[in-house]
Amino acid sequence: MLSTKVMDTLNSLSSKKHLKYTIYLAAIIVFFAIILIPPIIGILIKAPEIGNFLNYPELVNTASIAIVNSFVIGLIVAALDLFAGIPLAWMITRSKSRWMSILDTLADLPFIVPTAALGYSLLLFWSSDSGISGLFGSSIVSPGYILVMFLHFTFSFPVVVRVLVGSMLDYKMEYERASRTMGAPPLTAARTVTFPILKPSLIAAYSLAFARSLSETGATFIVAGLLFQNGPVFIQNLKNDLTAGAITTATYEGGTVFTSIILIAISLVIFGVIRVVGNRMRLPLGFFGKKLPVFEKKLSYKKGVLTRNTLALIVFFGIILLPSVFVALPAFQAITQGTNLVDALTGAGIWASFWNSLLLSYVLGVIVTLLGILAGIPMAILIARKTFGNLPSVILDSLMNVPIIVPSIALGVSLRFFWQGTGVPDFALLVLAHLAITYPYFVRSMSAAIERIPIELEDASKTLGAKPFTVFKSIVLPLTKYSILSGAIIVFTRSVSETGATLAVTSTLETAPVLIVNWVNSIRGVGTAIAGVNQSTVGLACGLLILFSFIVLFALRLLTKKKGKA
Amino acid sequence: MPEVRVVNVTKKYGKLYALNNVSLTIHDQEYFSLLGPSGCGKTTLLRLIAGLIEHDSGEIHIGDRRVDKDPPEDREIGFVFQTFALFPHMNTWDNVLYGPKVKNYDSKQAETIGHEVLELVKLSERLNAYPSELSGGMMQRIAVARALAAGGKILLLDEPLGQLDAKVRNDIRYEIRRMAKDLKLTAIHVTHDQQEAMSISDRIAVMKKGKIVQIGSPKELYMHPNSLFVAFFIGESNLLEGYVTKLEGKNAEVELREGYKIQAYNERDIKVGDRVVLAIRPETCEMKLGLIGEGLDGLFGQIEKTTFEGTIVRYEIRLVNGDRFVINRPSLTEEWVKLGQEVTITYPKEKAHLFPYPANGLSDEISV
Repeated sequence: MLSTKVMDTLNSLSSKKHLKYTIYLAAIIVFFAIILIPPIIGILIKAPEIGNFLNYPELVNTASIAIVNSFVIGLIVAALDLFAGIPLAWMITRSKSRWMSILDTLADLPFIVPTAALGYSLLLFWSSDSGISGLFGSSIVSPGYILVMFLHFTFSFPVVVRVLVGSMLDYKMEYERASRTMGAPPLTAARTVTFPILKPSLIAAYSLAFARSLSETGATFIVAGLLFQNGPVFIQNLKNDLTAGAITTATYEGGTVFTSIILIAISLVIFGVIRVVGNRMRLPLGFFGKKLPVFEKKLSYKKGVLTRNTLALIVFFGIILLPSVFVALPAFQAITQGTNLVDALTGAGIWASFWNSLLLSYVLGVIVTLLGILAGIPMAILIARKTFGNLPSVILDSLMNVPIIVPSIALGVSLRFFWQGTGVPDFALLVLAHLAITYPYFVRSMSAAIERIPIELEDASKTLGAKPFTVFKSIVLPLTKYSILSGAIIVFTRSVSETGATLAVTSTLETAPVLIVNWVNSIRGVGTAIAGVNQSTVGLACGLLILFSFIVLFALRLLTKKKGKA
Repeated sequence: MPEVRVVNVTKKYGKLYALNNVSLTIHDQEYFSLLGPSGCGKTTLLRLIAGLIEHDSGEIHIGDRRVDKDPPEDREIGFVFQTFALFPHMNTWDNVLYGPKVKNYDSKQAETIGHEVLELVKLSERLNAYPSELSGGMMQRIAVARALAAGGKILLLDEPLGQLDAKVRNDIRYEIRRMAKDLKLTAIHVTHDQQEAMSISDRIAVMKKGKIVQIGSPKELYMHPNSLFVAFFIGESNLLEGYVTKLEGKNAEVELREGYKIQAYNERDIKVGDRVVLAIRPETCEMKLGLIGEGLDGLFGQIEKTTFEGTIVRYEIRLVNGDRFVINRPSLTEEWVKLGQEVTITYPKEKAHLFPYPANGLSDEISV
C-alpha cells in the first residue's frame, strides 16, 4: 500500500495535464530513440560495405540460399503448426475432460524450455544413438534441413496453440450452435462459421509462428549440421569466419548487412502480403456440391473425432513434447554418474562459467522485464485509449510489429553497428537488444487487456471522485494485473531464450543459451573446443537451465493465479 | 405431426438441478410458452429440445421420433437465439440461405425459399447488408427468417424479443405468432415476461426452480392459478395471511391479523383452523369512499400512496389491521381518490383464492 501522502502527491501530479503528456511523450521517445531508430541507422551506416561482400560471389550465393531456406522453412513450419495446432486447441477448449487443463499447461512446455536446450534435446532425440535413432541403429533425422524443420515446428507450436486457445475461448458459441440448429454437422459448422469468424487469430497465429521461425538462431545453429544454413546461421558463421581470420572485417560487415537487409525487406513484404491476402481470403463458403457436407458429416462424429484427437495427441506427444524434454535423460545420467553433479553444484572447472552465464541471463531477464513494464504501460495505454487520437495510435500499433517481424539476429547486428565505438558497455547493449525484441510483445498483450476494460469503468471511477492516478491504481491496474504478469512472463522467457541478437551484439558476454550453443559446438567439433565439455555436461547444463526456468515460471504462475482474476 | 413430448427429463449442473424430472407435451401447431423467472430452467429445457445441451436422463420425442440422442442438426428444428447469432461474416442473404445450402438443396430451390421467408418477415430489401449494419428489429426478423428457411417444423425461440425496444417488441411478437400459425409450425417460446407470454400463447408452462408449476391457457393461469407462485407471478395479487375460521361448502371465512375477518373462496382441500394465504387480484376489486357496511362485507383502509401509471392509477392502501393492499383503477374515466381518504374495498368472493400457507414460508414460495 502506498501511504496517503504519496498517493496525494501522485494524484495531484497526475491531475496536471502537461505531466501526463510528458510521460506519454517520454514513452514514445523511448520507443523511437532506443528501439526503432538505432537499428535502422546502424544498418544504413554499414550499407556501403555491401560492395566489398559482393566481390565474393561464392559467399553471396551461400547467403542467398540461406535466406531462401529461412523463408521456405518459416512459411512451411507455420502452416504445419497451424495444421497440428488447430485440433489440439479445439480439444483443449471443447472437451469437458479434466485432463484438458493439464494438456493446456503441457502445451506451454516447449515455450518454457530455452530454445538452445530445446535444440540440443531434439538433436539427441532425433539423431543420436541415445535417442529413438538408437532403436533403428542409425540416425533417423540427421542434422540439417529436416531437423531444422522439426525444431522450428516444435518451438513455434506453443505460440500457435496459445493464440488459438485464447481466441477459441473468447468465441461466442452461439454462432456455431445456430449453424448446428440449421442442419450443419460439427465439421461443416466449424468450416463455414467458426473458422471464418476466428480468421484474424488464425492469421495472427500463423504470423507469429513464422516470425519466431525466422528469428531463431541458437537452437538452429545446434541442429543445422555442417552443411545447412539459414539466414541467422549464415550470419553467425560469417562471424566465426571473421574470428578465425578467414574473411576481413569489411567482408563480414558487408555480408551481415546484406543478409540482414534482405531478410528484413522480404519479411516486411511477406507480412504485408499475409495481412492483405489473409483479410481477403475466404474459407470456402461454398459447399462443393453434395460431396463435402456428406464427407464432413462422416468425420464429425464419434469415430472421426476419436481419430482426429488421437492424431493430434500423437503429434503433440511424439513430435513436440517428448523430443523437447528428452534432454532430461542425459541430465539424469549425468546425475547418476555423480561426479558431474558435484562439479556442477560446487562450480568446479567449466561449471564456474555455467553459473556465471546463468546469473547473467537472469539478471538481464529481470532488468529487461522491469524496463519493459515501465516503458510499456504508458505506450499500451496510449495505443488502447487513443490518447493522442486515432491515427497516432494506429501508427504506433503498426510500428510495434517491426521488431517482431525483423529477425532478431538482424536486429542485434544493426544495434551493434549503431552503438559500437560509442563506449556503451556490452551489458547495456544486451539490455537494449533484448528490450527491443521483447518490448512489442508486452505492449501488445497489455494494450489488448486495456482495450477490454470498458471505458465506462474508468468514467464511473472518475464520477465517484477519483483522480487520474487513483483511477489507474484502482481500476486499470487490478483488472490488467494478469496481463501484466503474463506479459512479463513472455518478456522474461524470451529474454532468457534469446540467442541470435545476443551473439550479434556481444562477443565477451556469454548468456546461458549462448554458453550451451558453444558447448554443443565444442562437442560437435565446430568452433572452439572447450576442455571438460562432453555429452553429459551439456545434458546436465540443459537440465539445470530448464529446471531453473521452471522454478521461475512456476513462481510467476503462482503469483498470477493468486492475484490475477481478470 | 410434430408434437413435442418431454418425458421425465432431468438435467443437473453439478449438484444443482436445472431441470428436475420434467414432463410435458406440446401439441402439433401449438404456440407454447415456457415462462418463469431467470434460473427456472426454461432456457435449459428449450436447449435440450434443440439438442444444444445433453440431458442426464429422460426422453425427448419430436413427432414419432425419439431425438434425445440425436445432434441438433438432425432434429429438424429452427432456433431463434436471444442474441440473434447472425453470422457476422455473411450478409443477410447468405445468412438466410445458410440452412437450405447446408441441407444440400439445389441453388434454385434454396433461393426460392430465401425469397419466401424474407417476404414473410417483410424484409426483402437490404439483402447485401451485414448484421452490424442493421437495426435490432431487422436483425430479429432475419434471425426468424433464417430459422424458418432451414425448413424445420418446430420453431424454438429463446427470449427472441429480449433485446428489442418495447415498441418494436410489441409489434414483432404478434407477427411471430402469425407466421408460426400460417406455416403450421409448432412453436416453443421462452420468456420471462408474463405479459408477452399471455398475449401470444395458446398454452403456457410456468416454471420455477427446475420444475413445471402449472400448464394451462393464459386465461386458466390467470383465473385459476394452482399455486401462490402462479397467482403472484402471472399478473399481480394481493397476498393476505390468516387462519380459516369457518367453512360452508366453498365459502370460507378467514381471520386475518388483529382478528380481522373476511370472506374467501375455497377451491382446495382446506380445513377449519388451517393457516392460509388469500390471493386477490387488484383489478377484481371495487373501491368506495368512506367506511361502508360492517364486518365481512368489505376491507376497510386508508389510501397511503397513489401512483399515476398512464392508463391506470395505482392505490396503496393500509388496511385497518395493518396489512397492505393494492388496487388499480382507470386513470381517465374516474375521479382520483386523495391521499389519506378512508375507503372500503369489495370483491367477488369467488375471486379471492385460498391457498394453504406454504411449508417453507410465504417469501420463499413467491421468491423468483
